Amino acid sequence: MAHEISFIFNGNAMKMNIEDHWTLLHLIREELGYTGTKEGCGSGECGACTVIVDDKAVNSCLYLAAEIDGKQLTTIEGLAAADGTLHPIQKSFVEKGGIQCGFCSPGMILSAKALLDKTPNASEIDIKEAIAGNLCRCTGYVQIIDSIKAVSGYGEDEPHVVAFKTDEGERGE
Amino acid sequence: MRQFTYLTPKTLDEAISLHVAHGESARYVAGGTDVLVKIKEGKFAPDYLISLKHIIGQDRPFLNQETGELYIGAFCTHGSIEQSPLVQHHYPIIHDAVKNIGSVQIRNVATIGGNLVNAVPSADGAIPLIVLDSKANIYGTKGQRSVDLQRFFLGPGQCDLEAGEILTEIVIPPPLPRTGSAYIKHGRREAMELPMLGVGVLLCLEEDMTTCAKARICLGVAAPTPFRALAAEKYLKGKTVDENNLTEAGRLAGQESKVRDSIRGVAWYRREMVGVLVKRMGLKALERAKERHK
Ligand SMILES: Cc1cc2nc3c(=O)[nH]c(=O)nc-3n(C[C@H](O)[C@H](O)[C@H](O)COP(=O)(O)OP(=O)(O)OC[C@H]3O[C@@H](n4cnc5c(N)ncnc54)[C@H](O)[C@@H]3O)c2cc1C
Ligand code: FES
Ligand code: FES
Repeated sequence: MAHEISFIFNGNAMKMNIEDHWTLLHLIREELGYTGTKEGCGSGECGACTVIVDDKAVNSCLYLAAEIDGKQLTTIEGLAAADGTLHPIQKSFVEKGGIQCGFCSPGMILSAKALLDKTPNASEIDIKEAIAGNLCRCTGYVQIIDSIKAVSGYGEDEPHVVAFKTDEGERGE
Repeated sequence: MRQFTYLTPKTLDEAISLHVAHGESARYVAGGTDVLVKIKEGKFAPDYLISLKHIIGQDRPFLNQETGELYIGAFCTHGSIEQSPLVQHHYPIIHDAVKNIGSVQIRNVATIGGNLVNAVPSADGAIPLIVLDSKANIYGTKGQRSVDLQRFFLGPGQCDLEAGEILTEIVIPPPLPRTGSAYIKHGRREAMELPMLGVGVLLCLEEDMTTCAKARICLGVAAPTPFRALAAEKYLKGKTVDENNLTEAGRLAGQESKVRDSIRGVAWYRREMVGVLVKRMGLKALERAKERHK
């Protein structure tokens, strides 16, 4: 069944007709044509489809489009300024090698944004928890964590937290 | 995805009458992290999805001032429970469990009610609530009823809900004095994995702060439904809570559990780990009881 919803998409008020069974991911990619949001697993495991709904990171593959009625939706396209200037988190990913193939990057960056908007000085543990639902097949995560640390008020000099050993000095430099 | 009609009732009664009207072609959905996956996999094929998320109330933990009981609405997300100061302060064992369910993205939408109704042997949410002697409030065409949460689970994927009934809230008794409890989800990696084993322990101490007045030990993935290790609980009662006695309680719990081989772990290993983790959670519960008593 179709019905009308209204929501704020990357800062712009929108009204549109949707089908009840559409996922938010379908709405964003297939209907709105914004392909920055990726589909990996389609079942909540990989985080490639992560978007922000009202300040919260969610998997758009498991979220019904009908549910964003009256809410604010942010996708990766909503981060850079109108003149193309990158958001500080995006810039940091570019500078620190947090991006290789780039498939996980939109989801990673939005998970990081949701975290830092709420906890501006997130620690490495906070960062690891925030991206636990985002898989990356390329970087090995260290550069991604570094990219996020560099924009967290906690400071990028915090030594790496290595759960299974304690020789933090070397990697913390 | 398969086509369906999405209904968003605002009251429990409205939700129930929609369910009655559409019968077998309808299914409730809360966070949808289970339902939508199953629709995509073709395991569920509803024509109507009735959302419980738009029902007012039942979406936040709150304290009943008169009775001191904590009410956790079934439509609370794991995230809202994780962040609740009430839960963090008075029932850290619940926090132990919900903070490790899925990922931030999953916890932002998945609900405790959905977790319990799923009734999978690995449901992380159930064990701490059983350890705390919680009750489940259920609402349906015949009105409201309440069951001990422990008796809510009938088999894998089966719970004590009749067609159309809704789990509305979990009611947790006020915290006992001189009591601590703790839960651990044991798996091969820390994030994004269903537990290979879940172990929850509650210890209530006598005034001497060393003798066990009451013990609760509940295991997840150790039987078809959440499993109370009654022999181990009985063993601890009246004994000094120390490493030796907790080791023996752990051994008994491992022995009475119904662990089996599965893709996530083999039975002998699970049995060994029940022993290790019952002791570890017992010591943590003891520490928490002492902290609270200070
Ligand atoms: C990637 C991923 C990771 C996960 N990790 C974990 C984990 O670590 N631990 C864990 O325990 N689970 C995990 N799960 C399973 C699942 O997400 C949780 O069990 C979750 O709590 C289900 O809640 P929901 O609100 O999304 O349920 P839904 O999908 O909305 O509903 C689940 C079932 O319950 C019924 N239902 C829901 N609420 C009610 C109610 N109040 N009354 C009556 N019926 C109701 C629905 O009809 C449906 O049959 C994971 C799932 C995914 C996709
Ligand atoms: S595509 Fe949504 S989590 Fe993988
Ligand atoms: S950069 Fe390739 S998946 Fe992360």
